[in-house]
Amino acid sequence: MDIFLQQLINGLTLGSVYAIVALGYTMVYGIIQLINFAHGEVVMVGAMVALTVISALTGAQIGLPPVVIVLAGIACAVPACMAIGYGMERIAYRPLRKAPRLAPLITAIGISIILQHVALLVFSRNPLSFPQIMPNPVFEIAGAHISAVQIAIIGGSVVVMAGLTFLVYRTRLGIAMRATSENVQVAGLMGVNIDRVISSTFVIGAALAAIAGVMIGTYYGIAHYTMGAMLGLKAFSAAVLGGIGNLAGAMLGGVLLGVVEAMGAGYIGEFTDLCQAPWIAGLMTERCADGGNFVLFGSNYQDVFAFLVLIAVLVFRPSGLLGERVSDRA
Amino acid sequence: MSLCNVPHAKRLIATTATVFLLAACGNEEASKSGEPSGSAGATGITVKIGHAAPLTGGIAHLGKDNENGVRLAVDEANAKGLTIGGQKVTFEMLSEDDEGKENKGPIVAQKFVDAKVAGVVGHLNSGVTIPASAVYNTAGIPMISGSATNPKFTEQGFAITFRTVGRDDQQGPAIASYLFSEYKPKTAAVIDDATSYGEGLANEVEKALKAAGVTVLPREKGNSMQTDWKAILTKLRGKKPDAIFYGGMDSGAGPLMKQGRELGLQAVFAFGDGACTEKMKELAGEASEGLICSQAGIPVAAASKDFLEAYKAKFNSDPLIYAPFTYDATNLLITAMQNADSVDPAKYLPELAKISMVGSSGRIEFDAKGDRKDAEMTIFTMKAGTIVPLAIIKAGQSIPFEEFTKGAADPAPAEPKEESK
Repeated sequence: MDIFLQQLINGLTLGSVYAIVALGYTMVYGIIQLINFAHGEVVMVGAMVALTVISALTGAQIGLPPVVIVLAGIACAVPACMAIGYGMERIAYRPLRKAPRLAPLITAIGISIILQHVALLVFSRNPLSFPQIMPNPVFEIAGAHISAVQIAIIGGSVVVMAGLTFLVYRTRLGIAMRATSENVQVAGLMGVNIDRVISSTFVIGAALAAIAGVMIGTYYGIAHYTMGAMLGLKAFSAAVLGGIGNLAGAMLGGVLLGVVEAMGAGYIGEFTDLCQAPWIAGLMTERCADGGNFVLFGSNYQDVFAFLVLIAVLVFRPSGLLGERVSDRA
Repeated sequence: MSLCNVPHAKRLIATTATVFLLAACGNEEASKSGEPSGSAGATGITVKIGHAAPLTGGIAHLGKDNENGVRLAVDEANAKGLTIGGQKVTFEMLSEDDEGKENKGPIVAQKFVDAKVAGVVGHLNSGVTIPASAVYNTAGIPMISGSATNPKFTEQGFAITFRTVGRDDQQGPAIASYLFSEYKPKTAAVIDDATSYGEGLANEVEKALKAAGVTVLPREKGNSMQTDWKAILTKLRGKKPDAIFYGGMDSGAGPLMKQGRELGLQAVFAFGDGACTEKMKELAGEASEGLICSQAGIPVAAASKDFLEAYKAKFNSDPLIYAPFTYDATNLLITAMQNADSVDPAKYLPELAKISMVGSSGRIEFDAKGDRKDAEMTIFTMKAGTIVPLAIIKAGQSIPFEEFTKGAADPAPAEPKEESK
């Protein structure tokens, strides 16, 4: 049981990060039906900027408390990513807003490659270690371990999601965003500044990505210029799982995907161990003798679950769990 | 080590001096006998030496380290102004990024073949080296890897494959025997990163542990870019292993160990050479204390002083792991060319096979397969944030590190006798 609970905690932590990144995908898709494939790289830039600031402040030894240093890291990463989000939209997507749908997709991939390689030049090709300045006490609940960082990630993402929900449903900008997502032309005719709303969407998504970057960096203690690619793909899968274009869907999809991944990786080996099936074990007595095993799928299939989920959703429920739209366009 | 190296160094200097003398004579003769040919000889030839390793991606830092080893050797050789076959030779390093990808290996190899390189140092990863070797074999270009430890590399029946490091089937049993004798684990878990290297090493460790009577849990696998090991480690925690071995690189091993300790795993963590770096301290923090890891060959710090100083002076940093081995590999190619007095691969290959040279990582001789004879393995631990050597495993014997360095100093006077045989 403690193992199950532990996998659940692992999954929730990872899922919270997926959820925040997935929000960035889903917001942009909701408004201009574009999948911003460079979003994962924004997460990476966020982690890298925070790492640089935190390392510099720690190295300077001016006696700042660790919490202030980490907050300063986030405070620098967020505007940096916002600037990238704005620039990305202005340079790569706005000129192509009326172009065929594939064109902005290709520029998205181009931006992703550019960001990765600029990061390679600036932050080196080595895996960088996140300075571990915060004490990270580990708490035990019913045999499962949960660290302070994990609690901060889960708690932080709840706050971020609540904040975003407030922004979208209770502010003028939120009303404008929802109007734009309903119908761009009509919203424009009603006096909504479309360009500004779309830019804001990118900027908010990028700010979320920056926070996710800091979270994932401190969680694993490692940052690398390719870290955004896989994370981005998984968050995209999470957004599709929840129903792309739907905010609550992205949150639900992210958390679910994290849990599915952790549980899948944790238990697939046991469920596909042929020695556990009596009729097969009989055929392979030699291999299965004294605790032997014949595992078909091991935990190396961890990354596969996200994409299995993606495929299953696209086949059986293309609109996702909570979505109304069909994500027919890439 | 340093004492032991003195006679070698002298000999090396003597050899080089002789070569210089000969070269000088050759030039004089040439200039005396005929004015026109003298000027032709002075223009010299350029000999290309290929170097391939991942220069981008997760282990690019190790690739760069390998490249630095080659660069240092090439620059030193050029500074000496060697003459081969009566012509002044300038060596040029062609460095290619194979991205650590198996499918990139043959592409880079073909590029080298087309560029008519005389020899290749590389590749870094076993998984890339093996497919690439087939291309070099067809073209008859000798290759020496300074870091490919998968046994299969030299087992293909190719005459052109050599390596200056030990093999996994030497490294695996070494770390397993050390683990077994020092920690007496009842249950052990073996994890790998599903690369040729990681899996090969993990297989050897598993085999050796099983032979020693340790219960080995079902193999867990990740991938070479993996940073999230929590699912695997949580699963393992339920089975309470006493030891965990991971076959893979430091970028995966650091997070693995950090997360293992966070989850409350008490087991001793053991790694192969890919995760036997100072970087483990940065990546895993406090959790890295007490890890056990092995390196094929002798520790970087025990490489010859001349090499360490030259490397530091040139690159303003210390070598990471394999630089001494790629440095030696490059010098082996150059020395074999000198011995054969030819830069033609077909002519110097036999000289390479029977070479006996003292490099920065000790004496190098090859067996019939191209593997280094009597390769030593070193066991390290992480102590107060640095990787320190614990013991040297040689021919199945574990020798504490202090004894080994002391012992190495003693037989030094006996070396010249051995040479006279």
